[in-house]
Amino acid sequence: MLAKVWTIFRKDLLIELRTKDSINAMVFFGIVMLVIFNFALESMRDSIRSAVPGVLWAAFAFSGTLGLNRMFAAEKENSCLQGLLMIPVDRGIIYLGKMLAAAAFMMLTEVVIFTFSLVFFNLTVWREIPYLVLVCFVGTLGFTAVGALLSAISVNTRMREVLLPLILFPVVLPILINAVEATAIILNTIDYRALQLPLTIMTVFTIVFLTLAYLLFEYVLED
Amino acid sequence: MHDRGQGRLDLMLGVLLFAGMILALYMAFLQAPREKTMGDVQRIFYFHVPAGITGLTAFAINFAASLIFLVRRNRFWDNLALASAEAGVLFLSIVLVTGPLWAKPVWFVWWTWSPRLTSSLVLWMLYVAYLLIRNYVTDPDRRAITSAVFGIVAFVDAPIVWFSIRWWRDIHPSPMLETGGLSPVMRPALWTCWAVFQILFVYLLRRRFFLESARQDVEWLQRRVDLAR
Repeated sequence: MLAKVWTIFRKDLLIELRTKDSINAMVFFGIVMLVIFNFALESMRDSIRSAVPGVLWAAFAFSGTLGLNRMFAAEKENSCLQGLLMIPVDRGIIYLGKMLAAAAFMMLTEVVIFTFSLVFFNLTVWREIPYLVLVCFVGTLGFTAVGALLSAISVNTRMREVLLPLILFPVVLPILINAVEATAIILNTIDYRALQLPLTIMTVFTIVFLTLAYLLFEYVLED
Repeated sequence: MHDRGQGRLDLMLGVLLFAGMILALYMAFLQAPREKTMGDVQRIFYFHVPAGITGLTAFAINFAASLIFLVRRNRFWDNLALASAEAGVLFLSIVLVTGPLWAKPVWFVWWTWSPRLTSSLVLWMLYVAYLLIRNYVTDPDRRAITSAVFGIVAFVDAPIVWFSIRWWRDIHPSPMLETGGLSPVMRPALWTCWAVFQILFVYLLRRRFFLESARQDVEWLQRRVDLAR
Protein backbone atom coordinates (compact mmCIF):
# COMPACT_ATOMS: atom_id res chain seq x y z
CA MET A 1 0.00 0.00 0.00
CA LEU A 2 2.84 2.35 0.85
CA ALA A 3 4.44 1.67 -2.52
CA LYS A 4 1.20 2.65 -4.27
CA VAL A 5 0.89 5.84 -2.27
CA TRP A 6 4.51 6.60 -3.05
CA THR A 7 3.93 6.11 -6.81
CA ILE A 8 1.13 8.67 -6.88
CA PHE A 9 3.09 11.00 -4.63
CA ARG A 10 6.09 10.74 -6.92
CA LYS A 11 3.97 11.35 -10.02
CA ASP A 12 2.65 14.62 -8.61
CA LEU A 13 6.10 15.63 -7.43
CA LEU A 14 7.66 14.95 -10.82
CA ILE A 15 4.99 16.89 -12.71
CA GLU A 16 5.41 19.80 -10.36
CA LEU A 17 9.20 19.77 -10.57
CA ARG A 18 9.04 19.78 -14.37
CA THR A 19 6.47 22.55 -14.74
CA LYS A 20 6.82 24.41 -11.44
CA ASP A 21 3.33 25.78 -12.13
CA SER A 22 1.86 25.93 -8.66
CA ILE A 23 4.96 26.18 -6.52
CA ASN A 24 6.07 29.44 -8.16
CA ALA A 25 2.62 30.92 -7.76
CA MET A 26 2.37 29.74 -4.15
CA VAL A 27 5.73 31.17 -3.10
CA PHE A 28 5.23 34.46 -4.88
CA PHE A 29 1.72 34.89 -3.50
CA GLY A 30 2.97 34.20 0.02
CA ILE A 31 5.62 36.89 -0.30
CA VAL A 32 3.10 39.37 -1.66
CA MET A 33 0.94 38.60 1.41
CA LEU A 34 3.86 39.39 3.71
CA VAL A 35 4.37 42.76 2.03
CA ILE A 36 0.67 43.59 2.33
CA PHE A 37 0.64 42.61 6.01
CA ASN A 38 3.70 44.73 6.60
CA PHE A 39 1.74 47.81 5.55
CA ALA A 40 -1.46 46.68 7.23
CA LEU A 41 0.39 46.34 10.55
CA GLU A 42 2.40 49.56 10.17
CA SER A 43 1.09 50.89 13.47
CA MET A 44 2.42 47.97 15.51
CA ARG A 45 5.92 47.94 14.08
CA ASP A 46 7.47 47.84 17.57
CA SER A 47 5.60 44.72 18.67
CA ILE A 48 5.56 43.02 15.29
CA ARG A 49 6.80 39.76 16.79
CA SER A 50 3.43 39.21 18.45
CA ALA A 51 1.65 39.65 15.12
CA VAL A 52 3.95 37.35 13.12
CA PRO A 53 2.16 34.04 13.97
CA GLY A 54 -1.10 35.33 12.52
CA VAL A 55 0.61 36.82 9.48
CA LEU A 56 2.54 33.64 8.77
CA TRP A 57 -0.45 31.33 8.98
CA ALA A 58 -2.63 33.63 6.89
CA ALA A 59 0.11 33.58 4.23
CA PHE A 60 0.51 29.79 4.53
CA ALA A 61 -3.21 29.17 4.30
CA PHE A 62 -3.83 31.43 1.31
CA SER A 63 -0.86 30.19 -0.68
CA GLY A 64 -1.75 26.61 0.29
CA THR A 65 -5.25 27.12 -1.11
CA LEU A 66 -3.69 28.24 -4.37
CA GLY A 67 -1.84 24.93 -4.60
CA LEU A 68 -4.86 22.85 -3.59
CA ASN A 69 -6.91 24.53 -6.30
CA ARG A 70 -4.46 23.37 -8.96
CA MET A 71 -4.20 19.88 -7.56
CA PHE A 72 -7.28 18.40 -9.26
CA ALA A 73 -7.78 21.15 -11.83
CA ALA A 74 -4.52 20.02 -13.43
CA GLU A 75 -5.81 16.44 -13.55
CA LYS A 76 -8.89 17.58 -15.47
CA GLU A 77 -6.74 18.63 -18.42
CA ASN A 78 -6.26 15.91 -21.05
CA SER A 79 -8.59 13.64 -19.02
CA CYS A 80 -5.77 12.71 -16.66
CA LEU A 81 -8.36 12.18 -13.95
CA GLN A 82 -9.98 9.36 -15.95
CA GLY A 83 -6.59 7.70 -16.24
CA LEU A 84 -5.98 8.12 -12.55
CA LEU A 85 -9.34 6.57 -11.71
CA MET A 86 -8.63 3.59 -13.91
CA ILE A 87 -5.65 2.58 -11.80
CA PRO A 88 -6.70 -0.61 -10.02
CA VAL A 89 -6.16 0.73 -6.51
CA ASP A 90 -8.42 1.85 -3.73
CA ARG A 91 -9.53 5.48 -4.15
CA GLY A 92 -8.22 6.19 -0.68
CA ILE A 93 -4.69 5.45 -1.96
CA ILE A 94 -5.08 8.14 -4.62
CA TYR A 95 -6.22 10.51 -1.92
CA LEU A 96 -3.23 9.77 0.32
CA GLY A 97 -0.73 10.17 -2.50
CA LYS A 98 -2.12 13.44 -3.73
CA MET A 99 -2.63 14.76 -0.22
CA LEU A 100 0.98 14.05 0.73
CA ALA A 101 2.20 15.73 -2.45
CA ALA A 102 0.12 18.81 -1.66
CA ALA A 103 1.51 18.81 1.88
CA ALA A 104 5.08 18.56 0.56
CA PHE A 105 4.58 21.57 -1.74
CA MET A 106 2.98 23.54 1.01
CA MET A 107 5.83 22.83 3.43
CA LEU A 108 8.36 23.83 0.80
CA THR A 109 6.48 27.08 0.30
CA GLU A 110 6.31 27.62 4.04
CA VAL A 111 10.10 27.41 4.33
CA VAL A 112 10.54 30.14 1.73
CA ILE A 113 7.79 32.36 3.14
CA PHE A 114 9.19 31.94 6.64
CA THR A 115 12.69 32.89 5.50
CA PHE A 116 11.34 36.01 3.86
CA SER A 117 9.39 36.88 7.00
CA LEU A 118 12.63 36.74 9.01
CA VAL A 119 14.06 39.40 6.73
CA PHE A 120 10.96 41.56 6.39
CA PHE A 121 10.09 41.61 10.08
CA ASN A 122 13.67 41.49 11.42
CA LEU A 123 13.20 38.35 13.48
CA THR A 124 15.91 36.29 15.08
CA VAL A 125 15.17 32.60 15.66
CA TRP A 126 17.51 29.70 16.37
CA ARG A 127 16.41 27.68 19.34
CA GLU A 128 12.78 27.93 18.18
CA ILE A 129 13.29 26.27 14.80
CA PRO A 130 12.71 22.58 15.72
CA TYR A 131 9.46 23.49 17.47
CA LEU A 132 8.34 25.63 14.55
CA VAL A 133 9.05 22.77 12.18
CA LEU A 134 6.91 20.45 14.30
CA VAL A 135 3.97 22.87 14.40
CA CYS A 136 4.20 23.57 10.65
CA PHE A 137 4.39 19.86 9.93
CA VAL A 138 1.27 18.93 11.90
CA GLY A 139 -0.59 22.07 10.82
CA THR A 140 0.14 21.51 7.15
CA LEU A 141 -0.85 17.85 7.30
CA GLY A 142 -4.17 18.79 8.89
CA PHE A 143 -4.75 21.58 6.40
CA THR A 144 -4.10 19.39 3.37
CA ALA A 145 -5.95 16.39 4.84
CA VAL A 146 -9.17 18.40 4.55
CA GLY A 147 -7.93 20.44 1.59
CA ALA A 148 -7.35 17.48 -0.70
CA LEU A 149 -10.86 16.14 -0.10
CA LEU A 150 -12.53 19.52 -0.59
CA SER A 151 -10.38 20.26 -3.64
CA ALA A 152 -11.74 17.09 -5.23
CA ILE A 153 -15.24 18.32 -4.37
CA SER A 154 -14.80 21.82 -5.70
CA VAL A 155 -13.17 20.75 -8.96
CA ASN A 156 -16.49 19.26 -10.07
CA THR A 157 -18.45 22.43 -9.46
CA ARG A 158 -19.26 25.40 -11.63
CA MET A 159 -17.11 27.83 -9.66
CA ARG A 160 -14.04 25.71 -8.88
CA GLU A 161 -11.44 28.25 -7.82
CA VAL A 162 -13.92 30.48 -6.07
CA LEU A 163 -15.62 27.74 -4.10
CA LEU A 164 -12.60 26.03 -2.51
CA PRO A 165 -11.58 28.79 -0.04
CA LEU A 166 -15.24 29.30 0.89
CA ILE A 167 -15.75 25.70 1.92
CA LEU A 168 -12.21 25.03 3.13
CA PHE A 169 -11.59 27.82 5.62
CA PRO A 170 -14.59 27.21 7.90
CA VAL A 171 -13.59 23.54 8.18
CA VAL A 172 -9.86 24.09 8.84
CA LEU A 173 -10.45 26.85 11.33
CA PRO A 174 -9.50 24.63 14.32
CA ILE A 175 -6.13 23.94 12.67
CA LEU A 176 -5.48 27.60 11.90
CA ILE A 177 -6.48 28.83 15.36
CA ASN A 178 -4.26 26.30 17.12
CA ALA A 179 -1.35 26.69 14.72
CA VAL A 180 -1.37 30.45 15.32
CA GLU A 181 -1.61 29.84 19.05
CA ALA A 182 1.26 27.33 19.02
CA THR A 183 3.46 29.59 16.88
CA ALA A 184 2.77 32.47 19.23
CA ILE A 185 3.81 30.35 22.21
CA ILE A 186 7.05 29.41 20.45
CA LEU A 187 7.95 32.91 19.33
CA ASN A 188 6.82 34.94 22.32
CA THR A 189 7.15 32.82 25.45
CA ILE A 190 9.87 30.83 27.16
CA ASP A 191 7.79 28.07 28.70
CA TYR A 192 6.96 25.56 25.97
CA ARG A 193 4.82 23.29 28.11
CA ALA A 194 1.79 25.30 26.95
CA LEU A 195 2.40 23.89 23.47
CA GLN A 196 0.86 20.59 24.47
CA LEU A 197 -2.79 21.67 24.21
CA PRO A 198 -2.74 23.26 20.73
CA LEU A 199 -0.54 20.47 19.39
CA THR A 200 -2.88 17.82 20.76
CA ILE A 201 -5.93 19.44 19.18
CA MET A 202 -4.11 19.78 15.84
CA THR A 203 -3.05 16.14 15.94
CA VAL A 204 -6.56 14.93 16.81
CA PHE A 205 -8.00 17.05 14.01
CA THR A 206 -5.47 15.68 11.52
CA ILE A 207 -6.07 12.06 12.47
CA VAL A 208 -9.86 12.42 12.43
CA PHE A 209 -9.95 14.09 9.04
CA LEU A 210 -7.32 11.86 7.47
CA THR A 211 -9.47 8.85 8.37
CA LEU A 212 -12.72 10.51 7.33
CA ALA A 213 -11.34 11.76 4.01
CA TYR A 214 -9.72 8.41 3.28
CA LEU A 215 -13.12 6.75 3.70
CA LEU A 216 -15.18 9.40 1.91
CA PHE A 217 -12.84 10.10 -0.98
CA GLU A 218 -14.26 7.38 -3.22
CA TYR A 219 -17.60 9.19 -3.26
CA VAL A 220 -16.37 12.56 -4.43
CA LEU A 221 -14.48 11.58 -7.58
CA GLU A 222 -16.49 11.48 -10.76
CA ASP A 223 -16.70 8.07 -12.37
CA MET B 1 -45.33 12.32 -2.60
CA HIS B 2 -47.45 15.27 -1.69
CA ASP B 3 -50.91 13.81 -1.77
CA ARG B 4 -54.05 15.20 -0.18
CA GLY B 5 -53.44 13.59 3.19
CA GLN B 6 -50.08 15.32 3.49
CA GLY B 7 -51.64 18.61 2.38
CA ARG B 8 -54.27 18.36 5.08
CA LEU B 9 -51.61 17.60 7.67
CA ASP B 10 -49.64 20.66 6.54
CA LEU B 11 -52.75 22.81 6.84
CA MET B 12 -53.39 21.55 10.35
CA LEU B 13 -49.78 22.18 11.29
CA GLY B 14 -50.04 25.69 9.85
CA VAL B 15 -53.11 26.50 11.90
CA LEU B 16 -51.49 25.05 15.02
CA LEU B 17 -48.35 27.07 14.30
CA PHE B 18 -50.30 30.32 13.91
CA ALA B 19 -52.10 29.82 17.21
CA GLY B 20 -48.86 28.73 18.87
CA MET B 21 -47.00 31.82 17.70
CA ILE B 22 -49.61 34.13 19.17
CA LEU B 23 -49.48 32.20 22.42
CA ALA B 24 -45.65 32.32 22.40
CA LEU B 25 -45.68 36.09 21.89
CA TYR B 26 -48.13 36.45 24.79
CA MET B 27 -46.02 34.20 27.04
CA ALA B 28 -42.70 35.88 26.20
CA PHE B 29 -43.85 39.50 26.30
CA LEU B 30 -46.72 39.57 28.79
CA GLN B 31 -46.84 36.46 30.93
CA ALA B 32 -43.13 36.14 31.72
CA PRO B 33 -41.96 38.55 34.44
CA ARG B 34 -39.60 41.45 33.78
CA GLU B 35 -36.00 40.47 34.52
CA LYS B 36 -34.54 42.34 37.52
CA THR B 37 -31.19 43.60 36.18
CA MET B 38 -31.46 43.37 32.41
CA GLY B 39 -35.04 44.57 32.05
CA ASP B 40 -37.21 43.84 29.04
CA VAL B 41 -34.27 43.10 26.79
CA GLN B 42 -33.96 39.72 28.52
CA ARG B 43 -37.17 38.64 26.76
CA ILE B 44 -35.16 38.03 23.60
CA PHE B 45 -33.88 34.96 25.45
CA TYR B 46 -37.21 33.19 24.80
CA PHE B 47 -36.48 33.30 21.07
CA HIS B 48 -32.70 33.07 21.11
CA VAL B 49 -32.41 29.82 23.05
CA PRO B 50 -35.17 27.81 21.31
CA ALA B 51 -33.83 28.92 17.91
CA GLY B 52 -30.39 27.70 18.93
CA ILE B 53 -31.63 24.30 20.06
CA THR B 54 -33.72 23.92 16.91
CA GLY B 55 -30.75 24.88 14.71
CA LEU B 56 -28.55 22.24 16.30
CA THR B 57 -31.31 19.63 15.92
CA ALA B 58 -31.55 20.50 12.25
CA PHE B 59 -27.81 19.99 11.72
CA ALA B 60 -27.93 16.66 13.53
CA ILE B 61 -30.74 15.58 11.19
CA ASN B 62 -28.67 16.76 8.22
CA PHE B 63 -25.75 14.62 9.40
CA ALA B 64 -27.89 11.52 9.86
CA ALA B 65 -29.60 12.02 6.50
CA SER B 66 -26.25 12.53 4.73
CA LEU B 67 -24.87 9.36 6.25
CA ILE B 68 -27.94 7.29 5.36
CA PHE B 69 -27.95 8.74 1.84
CA LEU B 70 -24.39 7.56 1.18
CA VAL B 71 -25.39 4.04 2.18
CA ARG B 72 -28.88 3.80 0.70
CA ARG B 73 -28.62 6.25 -2.25
CA ASN B 74 -32.28 7.10 -1.86
CA ARG B 75 -33.43 10.60 -2.92
CA PHE B 76 -35.62 10.82 0.17
CA TRP B 77 -32.55 11.24 2.40
CA ASP B 78 -30.95 13.80 0.14
CA ASN B 79 -34.10 15.91 0.17
CA LEU B 80 -34.29 15.61 3.94
CA ALA B 81 -30.64 16.69 4.24
CA LEU B 82 -31.26 19.74 2.07
CA ALA B 83 -34.43 20.74 3.92
CA SER B 84 -32.79 20.39 7.34
CA ALA B 85 -29.64 22.28 6.33
CA GLU B 86 -31.69 25.22 5.04
CA ALA B 87 -33.87 25.24 8.15
CA GLY B 88 -30.75 25.00 10.34
CA VAL B 89 -29.10 27.97 8.65
CA LEU B 90 -32.31 29.93 9.10
CA PHE B 91 -32.56 29.16 12.83
CA LEU B 92 -28.89 29.79 13.45
CA SER B 93 -29.28 33.13 11.64
CA ILE B 94 -32.01 33.98 14.14
CA VAL B 95 -29.58 33.10 16.94
CA LEU B 96 -26.81 35.22 15.44
CA VAL B 97 -29.10 38.23 14.98
CA THR B 98 -30.87 38.10 18.34
CA GLY B 99 -27.59 37.53 20.20
CA PRO B 100 -25.93 40.87 19.36
CA LEU B 101 -29.25 42.68 19.89
CA TRP B 102 -29.23 41.39 23.46
CA ALA B 103 -25.48 41.77 23.94
CA LYS B 104 -25.27 45.46 23.06
CA PRO B 105 -27.28 46.74 26.07
CA VAL B 106 -26.08 44.00 28.45
CA TRP B 107 -22.38 43.54 27.54
CA PHE B 108 -22.03 46.98 25.85
CA VAL B 109 -20.63 45.31 22.74
CA TRP B 110 -22.37 43.75 19.75
CA TRP B 111 -19.97 40.91 19.40
CA THR B 112 -17.16 39.24 21.31
CA TRP B 113 -15.00 36.29 20.29
CA SER B 114 -16.06 34.01 23.11
CA PRO B 115 -16.09 30.23 22.44
CA ARG B 116 -19.86 29.97 22.22
CA LEU B 117 -20.19 32.91 19.86
CA THR B 118 -17.28 31.90 17.69
CA SER B 119 -18.37 28.30 17.33
CA SER B 120 -21.95 29.34 16.51
CA LEU B 121 -20.62 31.61 13.79
CA VAL B 122 -18.35 28.90 12.40
CA LEU B 123 -21.22 26.42 12.46
CA TRP B 124 -23.33 28.87 10.50
CA MET B 125 -20.50 29.32 7.98
CA LEU B 126 -20.08 25.56 7.59
CA TYR B 127 -23.70 25.10 6.58
CA VAL B 128 -23.73 28.14 4.34
CA ALA B 129 -20.76 26.45 2.63
CA TYR B 130 -22.88 23.28 2.42
CA LEU B 131 -25.65 25.20 0.66
CA LEU B 132 -23.08 26.83 -1.65
CA ILE B 133 -21.83 23.41 -2.73
CA ARG B 134 -25.39 22.31 -3.46
CA ASN B 135 -25.81 25.44 -5.51
CA TYR B 136 -22.70 24.99 -7.62
CA VAL B 137 -22.90 21.30 -8.54
CA THR B 138 -25.17 21.03 -11.55
CA ASP B 139 -25.64 17.29 -11.94
CA PRO B 140 -28.34 16.12 -9.45
CA ASP B 141 -26.68 12.79 -8.61
CA ARG B 142 -23.25 14.35 -8.08
CA ARG B 143 -24.84 17.11 -6.02
CA ALA B 144 -26.47 14.63 -3.68
CA ILE B 145 -23.29 12.62 -3.10
CA THR B 146 -20.93 15.59 -2.82
CA SER B 147 -23.11 17.48 -0.41
CA ALA B 148 -23.63 14.34 1.69
CA VAL B 149 -19.84 14.07 2.03
CA PHE B 150 -19.55 17.70 3.04
CA GLY B 151 -22.48 17.38 5.44
CA ILE B 152 -20.57 14.63 7.28
CA VAL B 153 -17.34 16.66 7.29
CA ALA B 154 -19.14 19.73 8.63
CA PHE B 155 -20.85 17.89 11.46
CA VAL B 156 -17.65 16.13 12.55
CA ASP B 157 -15.85 19.48 12.46
CA ALA B 158 -18.32 21.25 14.74
CA PRO B 159 -17.24 19.63 18.05
CA ILE B 160 -13.55 20.08 17.16
CA VAL B 161 -14.17 23.78 16.60
CA TRP B 162 -15.78 23.90 20.01
CA PHE B 163 -12.88 22.11 21.75
CA SER B 164 -10.23 24.11 19.96
CA ILE B 165 -11.45 27.40 21.43
CA ARG B 166 -12.89 26.14 24.70
CA TRP B 167 -10.01 27.63 26.69
CA TRP B 168 -10.90 31.17 25.56
CA ARG B 169 -12.63 33.07 28.31
CA ASP B 170 -16.37 32.79 27.88
CA ILE B 171 -18.68 35.55 28.98
CA HIS B 172 -21.73 33.94 27.41
CA PRO B 173 -24.23 32.89 30.11
CA SER B 174 -23.90 29.18 30.75
CA PRO B 175 -26.82 27.03 29.61
CA MET B 176 -29.30 27.74 32.39
CA LEU B 177 -31.45 24.76 31.56
CA GLU B 178 -28.66 22.38 32.51
CA THR B 179 -27.63 24.16 35.67
CA GLY B 180 -31.21 24.83 36.73
CA GLY B 181 -30.40 28.53 37.18
CA LEU B 182 -33.47 29.70 35.32
CA SER B 183 -36.18 31.08 37.59
CA PRO B 184 -39.26 28.76 37.67
CA VAL B 185 -41.55 31.65 36.75
CA MET B 186 -39.74 32.06 33.41
CA ARG B 187 -39.91 28.39 32.50
CA PRO B 188 -43.46 28.26 31.05
CA ALA B 189 -42.61 31.00 28.55
CA LEU B 190 -39.38 29.28 27.53
CA TRP B 191 -41.05 25.89 27.08
CA THR B 192 -43.90 27.40 25.08
CA CYS B 193 -41.48 29.16 22.77
CA TRP B 194 -39.42 26.00 22.46
CA ALA B 195 -42.49 23.96 21.49
CA VAL B 196 -43.60 26.54 18.92
CA PHE B 197 -40.12 26.64 17.41
CA GLN B 198 -40.24 22.85 17.08
CA ILE B 199 -43.58 23.04 15.25
CA LEU B 200 -42.19 25.76 13.00
CA PHE B 201 -39.18 23.59 12.26
CA VAL B 202 -41.25 20.52 11.38
CA TYR B 203 -43.54 22.68 9.25
CA LEU B 204 -40.67 24.28 7.33
CA LEU B 205 -38.93 20.93 6.96
CA ARG B 206 -42.03 19.34 5.46
CA ARG B 207 -42.76 22.20 3.09
CA ARG B 208 -39.17 22.39 1.85
CA PHE B 209 -39.00 18.63 1.47
CA PHE B 210 -42.14 18.44 -0.66
CA LEU B 211 -41.09 21.47 -2.69
CA GLU B 212 -37.84 19.71 -3.52
CA SER B 213 -39.60 16.46 -4.49
CA ALA B 214 -42.03 18.40 -6.66
CA ARG B 215 -39.13 20.20 -8.32
CA GLN B 216 -37.47 16.89 -9.08
CA ASP B 217 -40.70 15.47 -10.50
CA VAL B 218 -41.01 18.44 -12.82
CA GLU B 219 -37.39 18.02 -13.89
CA TRP B 220 -37.96 14.37 -14.63
CA LEU B 221 -41.16 15.05 -16.60
CA GLN B 222 -39.40 17.77 -18.56
CA ARG B 223 -36.64 15.37 -19.52
CA ARG B 224 -39.23 12.87 -20.69
CA VAL B 225 -40.98 15.50 -22.80
CA ASP B 226 -37.65 16.49 -24.34
CA LEU B 227 -36.91 12.87 -25.18
CA ALA B 228 -40.34 12.33 -26.73
CA ARG B 229 -39.92 15.29 -29.06
